[in-house]
Amino acid sequence: MALKDMPVDECLLQGNAACPGCPATMGLRLVLKALGKKTIMVVPACCTAVIESLYPNTSFDVPVMNIAFEAAAAGASGVEAALRKQGREDITVVAWAGDGGTYDIGLQALSGAFERGTNFIYICYNNQIYSNTGIQRSGATPYAAWTTTTVGGKTEFRKEMGEIVLAHHIPYAAQTCISYPEDVYAKVSKAKGIKGPKYIEILAPCPPGWRFSMDSTVEMGRLAVDCGAWAMWECENDVMTFTGKSKLLLEKKVPRKSVEEWIKQQGRFSHLFKPQRDAARLQAIEDDVDRTWERYRTCYLKK
Amino acid sequence: MTVMIDTGNRIAAKAAIQAKPDVVAAYPITPQTTLVEAIAEYYAKKEYTGEYICVESEHSAMSACIGASAAGSRTFTATSSHGLLLMHEMLHWAALARLPVVMCNINRVIGPGWNIWVDENDSISQRDTGWIQFYCSSNQEIYDTVIQAFKLAEHADILLPVMVNLNAFILSHTSLPADIQEQHVVDEFLGNYVPGWKLDIDNPVTFGNIIGPEYYYKIRYAMQQAQLKAKQLIPQIAQDWKKRTGYFHGDLIEYVDCEDADYILLAMGAIGAESKFALKELRHKGHKIGLARVRVFRPFPEEDIIRLGKQANLIVIDRNISVGNEGALFTETKAALSGIPDTSVQGYIAGLGGKDVTYHDIETMIEKAMKGKSTHQIWYGIEEER
Repeated sequence: MALKDMPVDECLLQGNAACPGCPATMGLRLVLKALGKKTIMVVPACCTAVIESLYPNTSFDVPVMNIAFEAAAAGASGVEAALRKQGREDITVVAWAGDGGTYDIGLQALSGAFERGTNFIYICYNNQIYSNTGIQRSGATPYAAWTTTTVGGKTEFRKEMGEIVLAHHIPYAAQTCISYPEDVYAKVSKAKGIKGPKYIEILAPCPPGWRFSMDSTVEMGRLAVDCGAWAMWECENDVMTFTGKSKLLLEKKVPRKSVEEWIKQQGRFSHLFKPQRDAARLQAIEDDVDRTWERYRTCYLKK
Repeated sequence: MTVMIDTGNRIAAKAAIQAKPDVVAAYPITPQTTLVEAIAEYYAKKEYTGEYICVESEHSAMSACIGASAAGSRTFTATSSHGLLLMHEMLHWAALARLPVVMCNINRVIGPGWNIWVDENDSISQRDTGWIQFYCSSNQEIYDTVIQAFKLAEHADILLPVMVNLNAFILSHTSLPADIQEQHVVDEFLGNYVPGWKLDIDNPVTFGNIIGPEYYYKIRYAMQQAQLKAKQLIPQIAQDWKKRTGYFHGDLIEYVDCEDADYILLAMGAIGAESKFALKELRHKGHKIGLARVRVFRPFPEEDIIRLGKQANLIVIDRNISVGNEGALFTETKAALSGIPDTSVQGYIAGLGGKDVTYHDIETMIEKAMKGKSTHQIWYGIEEER
């Protein structure tokens, strides 16, 4: 759906407490436009708890239940069971969590809820850090990125959460990016129409966390896709389809940009360029992305 | 009414399903397993028609109960020991969110080393979570208390979660008879659950977002008032149950032979039950000894304990230890009597790790206390009297 055709109703209200340029609010607007008012949100500890604003105010026009950090999927399981018993399966239950709450502390509850076939959408807005606590490393933080707990740059590569989800063989899983609002809207809308567990991960470039200018959020997301540092795909009933620019990359119909083009605009990687160029780590980053895409082609490219 | 001769766990399960929860979410742990297995059987036979979520951990069990309760459901779960400890964060969450989840906890030892026998350290270490805590001493009491727990938890003046504790094996796996009421009696007693708040698409409200000190302080105060109010409601609800069924399990404390007693023993759970036999022996020997079996530890029955303390010398047996201090019942009993002249409290630690506490042991402890003047709690079987 084109931007101009999306519902004008907003369930994320103005005057919320997000940072300027916040990708989570962009994602929330799109997600709630796609889902509408018959939605109940379950939110663990993450930036969105702040975006909700200070009690007794709220920035949400749908019911929201906050829950402990690791408990989003389990809390949503309870909400979903209650609605099923009440015969209110017309209401969409959404767990909306950050990458810390998904890749790390909430992974067990998430896996459990998927294995049980819980009828809900789990959305991870991935800003590649614990941003709400002040920029600490997560399992989603890329190699060599500075965080307050990886002062010289992270020494490990991030994990592929999306593929961990795929191993659950749920009816629908997708990766997208806030820079592509039509893609976000389409994937969330599709998930809404499918019964059972759904997973959508949205790359969410965070200006203060990644150290870039607050007017560049959309551009940072686009570059991440262009350079292959992030892949957009959807997997419906175990049929994998890469989408948007990622499809062209998979099929080698466009050359991938260098990751360097993406990271050189982010302060979190500045130590790779100053005081002198860290050729070894820059090469390691490019090699990792190449390896990843070769593996994607082996696993997912239709022959 | 029918008589059910079965284990404490299975009778607790029967009570729970008669309360018709909308959602049960549970994870197995010895010795709670036979309770959740019984619910699974009822579910398979469609005698329990709510939702049954077999979660992947106790943390998720309580989280799912919180979600279900927040969406307007009556909820139940059960756990024990390490499971209860894993829930700890969510116990606070349920209470602060004012969600009336009802849970059975089978009191079991905490490891290491692995030990599945009775010990009350699991639930005692949750005493500050805001949950109302009952400690049962018979299968009939388990049955009556579980049903009453829903009524209490869901009362508009309470809206707090309730934990019904039963001692591992001594109650959980011991078959004793319990009178089971007809379903309509339970239905009429409990009525429909009317949530204090719920997730409602027609009235979209955000629950649990960031809150400043002023409001948070008031939330804590309101919880405290609800707990204090429960001191009145627990006996009232039990009286209501008695009117319908003839059973009364409802005082904060069960009193045995306290009227003329010079010495009164305070204990909880199975030790409380076993003490009744020790009392008979001691009464036979001519000692004026009574028993105050503490059924409700939260809210703490302070006023009753003050009354007992003014009347008699108190002897406390704890099957728990706050390491570095004392057993919880001993500490709190002394605190209740603080500043009241001419009171005396002596205490024992006994039965940790499931160590058997026979009525002979209890008799020995009481007789020694009647002669002794120790102000520190004595570890029965390890420390000598002073």
